[in-house]
Amino acid sequence: MKEFGYQRVSDVAGAVAVLGADPTARFLGGGTNLVDLMKTGVERPGRLVDVRQLPLDQIEPTSDGGLRIGATVTNSDLAAHPEVRRRYPALAQAVLAGASGQLRNMATVGGNLLQRTRCGYFTDVTKACNKRAPGSGCPAVEGEHHNHAILGASEHCVAVHPSDMGVALAAFDAVVTYETADGPGELPLGWFYLPVGDTPHQETALPPGALITGVTLPPAPVAARSRYRKVRERASYAFAIGSVAAALDVRDGVVHDVRLALGAVASRPWRARAAERVLTGAPADGGTFAAAADAELTAARPLPRNGYKVTLMRNLVVAVLTELAEEATR
Amino acid sequence: MTTATRRTFTEAVGTPHPRVEGRDKVTGAARYAGDIPFAGLAHGWLVLSTVARGRISSLETAPVLAMPGVLAVLHHGNAPRVETGYTGMLSVPDPTAAVFQHDRVPHLGWPVALVVATTPEQAREAAEALVVHYDVEPHDIAFSGDRPDAYPVDGHMPGVTEKGDLAAQLAASAVTLDEEYTTPEMHHSMMEPHAATARWDGGRLELIDSNQGTHWVQSELAQMFSLDPGSVRVRSEHVGGGFGSKGVRAHQVAAVMAATVLQRPVRVVMTRRQMFSLTGYRSPTAQRVRLGADADGRLRALEHRSLNLTSTFHEYVEPSAGVARVMYDADAHRTANEVVRLDVPTPTWMRAPGEAPGSFALECALDELAEKCGIDPIELRARNEPERGPVSGLPFAGRNLLACFREGARRFGWADRDPRPGLRRDGRWLLGTGTAAASFPSGALPSTAAVTAEADGTFTVRVNAADIGTGARTALTLVAADALETAPDRVRVRLGDSDLGPASIAGGSMGTRSWSWAVTAAAAELRERLALNTGIPPEGITVRSDTTEALGALAQKERHSFGAQFAEVAVDVTTGEVRVRRMLGIFAAGRIVNPLTARSQLVGGMIWGISMALHEEAVRDRASGGHYGADLAGYHVATHADVGRVEADWVEDHDPEDPVGIKGVGEIGVVGAAAAVANAVWHATGVRHRALPIRPDRVLAAAAGGRHV
Repeated sequence: MKEFGYQRVSDVAGAVAVLGADPTARFLGGGTNLVDLMKTGVERPGRLVDVRQLPLDQIEPTSDGGLRIGATVTNSDLAAHPEVRRRYPALAQAVLAGASGQLRNMATVGGNLLQRTRCGYFTDVTKACNKRAPGSGCPAVEGEHHNHAILGASEHCVAVHPSDMGVALAAFDAVVTYETADGPGELPLGWFYLPVGDTPHQETALPPGALITGVTLPPAPVAARSRYRKVRERASYAFAIGSVAAALDVRDGVVHDVRLALGAVASRPWRARAAERVLTGAPADGGTFAAAADAELTAARPLPRNGYKVTLMRNLVVAVLTELAEEATR
Repeated sequence: MTTATRRTFTEAVGTPHPRVEGRDKVTGAARYAGDIPFAGLAHGWLVLSTVARGRISSLETAPVLAMPGVLAVLHHGNAPRVETGYTGMLSVPDPTAAVFQHDRVPHLGWPVALVVATTPEQAREAAEALVVHYDVEPHDIAFSGDRPDAYPVDGHMPGVTEKGDLAAQLAASAVTLDEEYTTPEMHHSMMEPHAATARWDGGRLELIDSNQGTHWVQSELAQMFSLDPGSVRVRSEHVGGGFGSKGVRAHQVAAVMAATVLQRPVRVVMTRRQMFSLTGYRSPTAQRVRLGADADGRLRALEHRSLNLTSTFHEYVEPSAGVARVMYDADAHRTANEVVRLDVPTPTWMRAPGEAPGSFALECALDELAEKCGIDPIELRARNEPERGPVSGLPFAGRNLLACFREGARRFGWADRDPRPGLRRDGRWLLGTGTAAASFPSGALPSTAAVTAEADGTFTVRVNAADIGTGARTALTLVAADALETAPDRVRVRLGDSDLGPASIAGGSMGTRSWSWAVTAAAAELRERLALNTGIPPEGITVRSDTTEALGALAQKERHSFGAQFAEVAVDVTTGEVRVRRMLGIFAAGRIVNPLTARSQLVGGMIWGISMALHEEAVRDRASGGHYGADLAGYHVATHADVGRVEADWVEDHDPEDPVGIKGVGEIGVVGAAAAVANAVWHATGVRHRALPIRPDRVLAAAAGGRHV
């Protein structure tokens, strides 16, 4: 593999300055994705800037009743935090549904948001891939794509975003904060990931050289009754083939408030706004849940060998909403 | 109070014994092939083809040779020539190992060069920078059961066997079945990658390796490099799994070439991705099973045809139809193992070759026949128990299949089972149970051993066994202790070194049987010598054995292990998830040497069965001809969370006429396991899954009434 420099940084301004001075440098969080990609030659940074010692490892309540999660908080600490578990249980469940204990001990929140797709063409440098080598083509469209996107994809790329955590963050309107040489900035998660279009290599709206400093979760009382369900091809240690993060507030049999996001269906965690519109104010029953799922999935454009995902997502949405509704009436 | 000063002899065989090297392994003191340091060690990195068929037109070696640390680039234009026109210990060699001999590329992932550098990182960087130009030709990797270019092949058994009039017996049958079953490409996926270090030491070639038989690798390397076998030494002390893939492979040959050219030690370690194309795999199979039976389930007709793929340059047959030659008889009986040549790497032996995929097809077909006949699946098998080998006509040296079913049914609670499918539910999960039979040949290979009575009262056993993680070292310690009527802690076993002499490989479930035979023979003679009470000289008294003659004198019989597999599964047909809640396997596998490690072997085999049923599948990309997702993130094996309560146990299986009494337990555990799971999925859902693995998308498609993808 390529020789690279390594340095630790202890303050955010210093970290940003290093990247400003060396465009080949990359931030290193837990390294659970970046280092793998370096071994396979997909990533070839000239320098790794280790940000794990930055003072960004805290989870704190915000004054308005939300939570502020530092970028270097590990997945394990995030999932174990009592306020996360109490206020946003689906987030804790999503994190625990990902990877393995060892990986969660290393992986960070900032790194999780920036992890790359596990599309087998992207991770194999001997194959074409528009995301890795723009303009080289997308073999997945005609080739192996049984775990590829059914929503929001383009002919240029049909890869899915692998994060579980991100699906819960999408459901709860998380805002990503970052720092650049020009000062701080923020991006709602809904704008953080760019549409695929004909530029699948441009994945986020982060300015060049920006360092993610954290994620802010706005207050969301509905999130206290939330759930994450993940379906994968084995019981553990696999990326989702479909997942749902949902929160439901039912009053007098009617959906008062709802959050719904889908995973493993698109290039980003997919906020199911069409479904939410059908649900809000409607009777909290199976008919509504199915209609909501269908409303979201009418936009689905499955490939020849991933049409099962439409059925899977419809079933999952109905199942998770039904479980939440049943809990609400208990 | 008195203290016993004289050691009394108690039998070690049959008593659980922790691995003798267990402490070394858990503390890291045990060194594996890639761990051992050498002064001046250089590192080789294999460069593999990125096209599936064609010729190498040129390699741009000059820029790579100028890179930091690079010592050499070996390729077909400059590598030493090797001999391939010989017949090895097990077969004619697979030319995959004879690297850099010509410019042809027969599959994607074919070794085209070795870059040697001072550090592994430099070697890798340079290897990945090497530009290779190809004249590309169109490739064909499309495997299916209806390939017109399929043809039968004799492997270790005849390609085709037939008796009776199949059409007539099928026509006369009250109940018939005609189905295709498919299994995907599967990989050994052992933890330790292939790793070899070659060096010349005083005119002798030494190889530190991770393999399943040092004598095997030594003799093949000697023949390939035209060396006297005595001038080649291969050592392989600890092996982190092999499962059939650790024989002679490209890395050893490349390391020897580089060590010869550079005259310094060279190590070649494979990456996981390289292993997917260089170390063999289990071929996908397309199997057609036709059964015809009377209304009471007695078979009149049985046809089992299995097709597997092989490379364009070497025939490997996955003899899946062989299992039908042992398990069930019929008036008309036909079996065929066929291959088709494609632009892919050569498959190889993988844990229970033939039996693992073959039992999936045959034992699912039996379950379907039981359903059609309205007969309990175990009763159906009981009604079809053959008295002699259905094809060979030879008597069985013990066939304790029904004892396994009886004990298994009792412990699993089979008698309470409602045979109707799709009736049981636990929340979102549909529940079902299934069973299947298992068998695996019990063979042996000639072996030598030397047992020394040391002057200090201890014993040293030298037998060139391979402990590939199975516990062979411990098993042989126990066998030797009993044969010498001493305690295991007075016995030292040395193995994994070709200087110890010829012995069986660790393969075909033959190792423990073969090595124990030789150790027991030498120990028996040593005890006779010691009984003369002539005293032990400082160098000890050594007795050697060779079982070649004894093996040849063994009566011709059908010799097999048998087993009965049971599984309970839960299926969510709305998400396609399948979970194996519990499995029970009861086996008749001869004398069990070390119950601790034998149980581990059997349970491990059954977990392979879960993995085979639900998870494992190597995917090939049609356009490139290479793998998609060739790593352990893309190739799923069962995780802990996929494994419910798995129990393995055994019944008494004693053959008084057998000189050893030991059968192997390395492979029987996986046989029938996938069929038991698949049969349980049918019982849970009412849907037959004849294509492995039973993936969520297939379960969803079945629930929607769609076709299987």
